[in-house]
Amino acid sequence: MEKMKQKDLILYSGLIILGLAAPYLFSAFKVQLTYLCVLIVLAMTWNLQGGEMGYNSFGNILFYGLGMYLTASVQVGMFFPLAEWTESGGEKTFVHTTAQYFQGIGVGLLVAAIIPALVAGAIGYAILGLRGHYFAICTLGLGIAAGEIAGGIEIIGAGQGFTTPPFPAEIVDPEARGKFFYFTSFIVLVLAFIFVKYIYGSRFRLILNAIRDNEDKAEAMGIQTMKYKIVGWMVSAFFCGLAGGIMGGLIGYIDSTDVAFDGREMGVFMVLMAILGGKGTLWGPIIGATLFHFFKEGLWTFILGWQYVALGVLIVVIVIYFPEGLMGWLREKYPERFGEVIDEKDRKSQVELK
Amino acid sequence: MDFLIFQVPMLMVQASLDGILLGILFALIAYGMALQWGVMNIINIAQGDLVILGGYIAYTMYLAGIHPAWGVIVSPIIMYFVGWALYKLVINKVVDRDLFISILATFGIAIVFQQLMNFIFGADVVVAQSEYGTTMLFDNSVTLPNSKIFSAFISLVYAIALVVYMKKSRLGRAIRATAQNARAAKILGVDTEKVYAATFGINAALCGIAGALISITLTLHPYVGLPYTVRSFMIVIVAGLGNLPAVAISGMGLGLFEEFADYILGTEFRIGAVFMLLVFILVYRRFKLSKKREYLK
Repeated sequence: MEKMKQKDLILYSGLIILGLAAPYLFSAFKVQLTYLCVLIVLAMTWNLQGGEMGYNSFGNILFYGLGMYLTASVQVGMFFPLAEWTESGGEKTFVHTTAQYFQGIGVGLLVAAIIPALVAGAIGYAILGLRGHYFAICTLGLGIAAGEIAGGIEIIGAGQGFTTPPFPAEIVDPEARGKFFYFTSFIVLVLAFIFVKYIYGSRFRLILNAIRDNEDKAEAMGIQTMKYKIVGWMVSAFFCGLAGGIMGGLIGYIDSTDVAFDGREMGVFMVLMAILGGKGTLWGPIIGATLFHFFKEGLWTFILGWQYVALGVLIVVIVIYFPEGLMGWLREKYPERFGEVIDEKDRKSQVELK
Repeated sequence: MDFLIFQVPMLMVQASLDGILLGILFALIAYGMALQWGVMNIINIAQGDLVILGGYIAYTMYLAGIHPAWGVIVSPIIMYFVGWALYKLVINKVVDRDLFISILATFGIAIVFQQLMNFIFGADVVVAQSEYGTTMLFDNSVTLPNSKIFSAFISLVYAIALVVYMKKSRLGRAIRATAQNARAAKILGVDTEKVYAATFGINAALCGIAGALISITLTLHPYVGLPYTVRSFMIVIVAGLGNLPAVAISGMGLGLFEEFADYILGTEFRIGAVFMLLVFILVYRRFKLSKKREYLK
């Protein structure tokens, strides 16, 4: 046990050092690294209720988009009238000072984390009573409805989009913007990992698994399933909101259906990444997100225009042939590594039966 | 918010007629959805994209100089084979598996279809002109495009033909038997694999008809498929599987709701209203069932 802990310590400190050094080592890829952190956060928190709880949501994009709009709105609205800002579009009549910018984004991210979590808590009782595919379709509807409705609201830019405040011009270092967003997303990633890791070691995870495996029996055992389901969804919403807020600042422009409530990209990505790596494992979504990001960045530019076709084919192939994901495949191959005790005789007899 | 509709009562007649005629079209798509859901236990997210593809077939004919109304005959024939090929390639691997897998897999198909249509037909909003003219009612205060009346009529004809076919023909009986109990049907010598392929083909053909009608009555665009999927899903969960009169009625109800939402909330919220209605229907059903300590399944 002591040895195991030491191994973990080396692994985690290595990863943190790698994470801290990454923007200096790969200076040109800071935006991609930020994306990677956000994707990992999204996949990891999707996995919490998609993989562990068995509630496959297509609608976590709702919280992501909500977080994005909230961060930008708070950042602008704290200092300037929001309606005039969005109306002026690209031509900026208001300029944030450095202090205002960082204050704004700090408060904005806080709001972007809390409000989506509260929204998840508020609608959770109604939505989480649905099961299986009804839940999936309902959340899909929610995500798209949010995009369509946001595209009709004037104060946040409606169809013409919302330009988020530009990075303060007083900071002359051209690297500063990339570093700021990278480290913000990295901190969120570390927080999300610590939290998810804590959940993996707790009773809460066992309850979520019980809900996934048989909700009726879990209820019969005296677990208040609804309470735990809502909390599970709120955790996802909290981190999705944060991720959305960071992405809004990084992209610099929010469109209702193409950036914020982007069910066709982010909404599918988070499901796909978690499944690619393996649902219901701690490391699966992280590995899945990393692989997917490399695949996406490597391939997207070579097959420009065909990327969605490739994405669609990838979804079909993964879902049909690897529904257990990478970790599931490894687990089947090397069960000993996952702490499963195998009776050799039993295994041999099974092989013979085939 | 625009309350013009309450000040001008004739607009209500207009919206109602539009909604009912449109609703019959939705019901046709929903019938295909109910068919595959009932028989194969599959929720097809690509349903709307099959519809749009069928529409583009009619539009291509229109570009070639053939009247697009002939699309209601050509499009289902082509779409039957598209559906059949789709079944052989992908769908046969997701039948009998978790519904979530079928949702995700068909979601992938939907993305591929959207993008391919975008390449082939371009990202513009297009419409095939039928040049059927319009009918004026009530002293010219209500205008009704004849193409809408035509589309509702054709939808009804096809729906009735399909019901008769399902009742009388050998394949129809086989499909119904498989829907009731696939294993028993297999034991009694029904080739369920063939039945599944035919069911998916018929569903795609229905989508083709609906698409051809949409190309002359509404507009086509590569990315508008998903709302049609959601509409048909909604109609099916309200009406239940295999209850054709209920499908027709709830289809018309949805059409009415949409037209009124369009007038009252404004056109920019039309699609949003459809998706919100889906959420409300599901939540309503959930609360109704939870009183009996049951849940939707």
